Amino acid sequence: MDALYLMFVDPFVQMADAPDFFLQVLWEGLVSGVLYALIALGFVLIFKSSRIFNFAQGIMVVFAALTLVGLYEMGLPAWVSVGVTLLVMYGLAMCVERVVLRPLVGQPDIILFMASIGVTMFLIGFGEFVFGGENKVMITEALGIPTGAIELNPFDGFVLIEEKDLTAVIMAVLLVLGLLLFLNKTAMGRAIRALGDDPQAALSVGISLSQIWVLVWFIAGVIALATGIVWGARAGVSFALEVIAYKALPVLMLGGLESVAGAIIGGIAIGLLEKIFEIYWGQPLLGGNTETWFAFILALVVLLFRPQGLFGERIIERV
Amino acid sequence: MVVQTAARQADVGTSNVPGEETILSVNNIEVIYDHVVLVLKGVSLTVPRGGIVALLGANGAGKTTTLKAISNLLQAERGEVTKGTIEFNGDKVQALSSNALVQLGCIQVMEGRHCFEHLSIEDNLMSGAYTRKDGAAAIRRDLEMVYEYFPRLRERRRSQAGYTSGGEQQMCAVGRALMSRPEMILLDEPSMGLAPQLVEEIFEIVKKLNEQEGVSFLLAEQNTNVALRYATYGYIMEAGRIVLDGAADELRENEDVKEFYLGVGGEGRKSFKNVKHYKRRKRWLA
Repeated sequence: MDALYLMFVDPFVQMADAPDFFLQVLWEGLVSGVLYALIALGFVLIFKSSRIFNFAQGIMVVFAALTLVGLYEMGLPAWVSVGVTLLVMYGLAMCVERVVLRPLVGQPDIILFMASIGVTMFLIGFGEFVFGGENKVMITEALGIPTGAIELNPFDGFVLIEEKDLTAVIMAVLLVLGLLLFLNKTAMGRAIRALGDDPQAALSVGISLSQIWVLVWFIAGVIALATGIVWGARAGVSFALEVIAYKALPVLMLGGLESVAGAIIGGIAIGLLEKIFEIYWGQPLLGGNTETWFAFILALVVLLFRPQGLFGERIIERV
Repeated sequence: MVVQTAARQADVGTSNVPGEETILSVNNIEVIYDHVVLVLKGVSLTVPRGGIVALLGANGAGKTTTLKAISNLLQAERGEVTKGTIEFNGDKVQALSSNALVQLGCIQVMEGRHCFEHLSIEDNLMSGAYTRKDGAAAIRRDLEMVYEYFPRLRERRRSQAGYTSGGEQQMCAVGRALMSRPEMILLDEPSMGLAPQLVEEIFEIVKKLNEQEGVSFLLAEQNTNVALRYATYGYIMEAGRIVLDGAADELRENEDVKEFYLGVGGEGRKSFKNVKHYKRRKRWLA
């Protein structure tokens, strides 16, 4: 009886008792959620346009953050470092296209997946070689990201909103909106979607695979940099950052590998749910630290019932 | 009758009818898949500017491979043109990427339509304009033109292409190709899986496009009957070779064509034992 009460009644009682604290939990869930969504978008774009499950997305986050901090330490002004890092990510996109994707055109998916693991290994080695393996601190202040906190007082309680989290959310939302506009309103975006649907037909109407691939990998690079900055500001810049990208995996299973909307909704849902579960169920009942696995279990359950993910593209079949 | 002299065919600049300009010439090409499978064994054909040429033959004869070789789409399937040349408007095709070729005005409509299923019909059509640099106004004008030719597409412009009917998808694929302002369309099996009236409708539109927009067509077809009614010239392929060619009306009257492809003629039913296979006619090594 007791256990049932703790499981099914008590958490909701607590939520109702301290609505301000519940809001705080929601806010923190939302912050991680939008970041998951952002990274998942990087995966989705690459998967849609080149059928690669891009294993290197995580290390790209680390690599971008390392490059940014490394360049700053070399004495470049912060915003110049951002510009140069973007150039580096563009260069990386071109290299991947030229060295990995183009020679492997028409090969089975698994070979492309292995190739992306190869890219991962290369980036780990190259990053360490150039910038060293020790942890660095994200140049939050130099970039002008505010570090204070805002206190709100809803329901006679208080909610603390860190300004750097707020910056992260705003930046992620802007990036996501920008991407959506780009995909749906421009000729290039249309070409990316077309390529995702039918690569052969895309080739036949003159869509240039090379152009699209460079573009998509560059977008993934920009996303990696954005995530690297905001996540690095919370957790420091080290190779452990890579892990955040793997948090995008359950998001992808939940949202479907091919759905932009799925990535966004899935990301936010996972961010919120894992936080709520951690606070109200994980800590009192399971000793905490459920955030590391909750998302994966959730994804597993979803896969049991909807193998294409919640928002995966309906497979259109003519009958 | 239909056999032409080697000298005439080998001369790249001439077409089937003297005095006409050639838009496409394929000279004795050989195509190998995966480095080992020899699919085309020396195929030559020409398409005159403003003409409709039919490429006929059974499954596996090499029609699709020929078209893909022309539009340079073989690479993605690990195929390779190992011998011979293809010239479109005087440009060597093998040196161009498939998107450069579309830009030059040669576009393929693939077998089985290949619409972008999750895009709306209108987005499908617009994606055909990817290579164009002449501005949004001109593209919109052409979109209107496509809708004039295919009023049904206008009705379905907002629907996802994957949920439209086979005929609509074929129209969408042709319309999409039109959006690139092509001089030449390589049309692969437009009749596949369509009801006879729809096949007729599609071919009527091909004819209209040919007459009004001056688009040249090379169409691969199994439906010999329809193809030879709309084309001006035809080539018949068998096992990776061209075995017969000639003006469409001559081919229609040819006893062998009648027997093998049109299902008429001959005296009574024949057993498959008696079916003869064409040997390649001596044309290049005369």
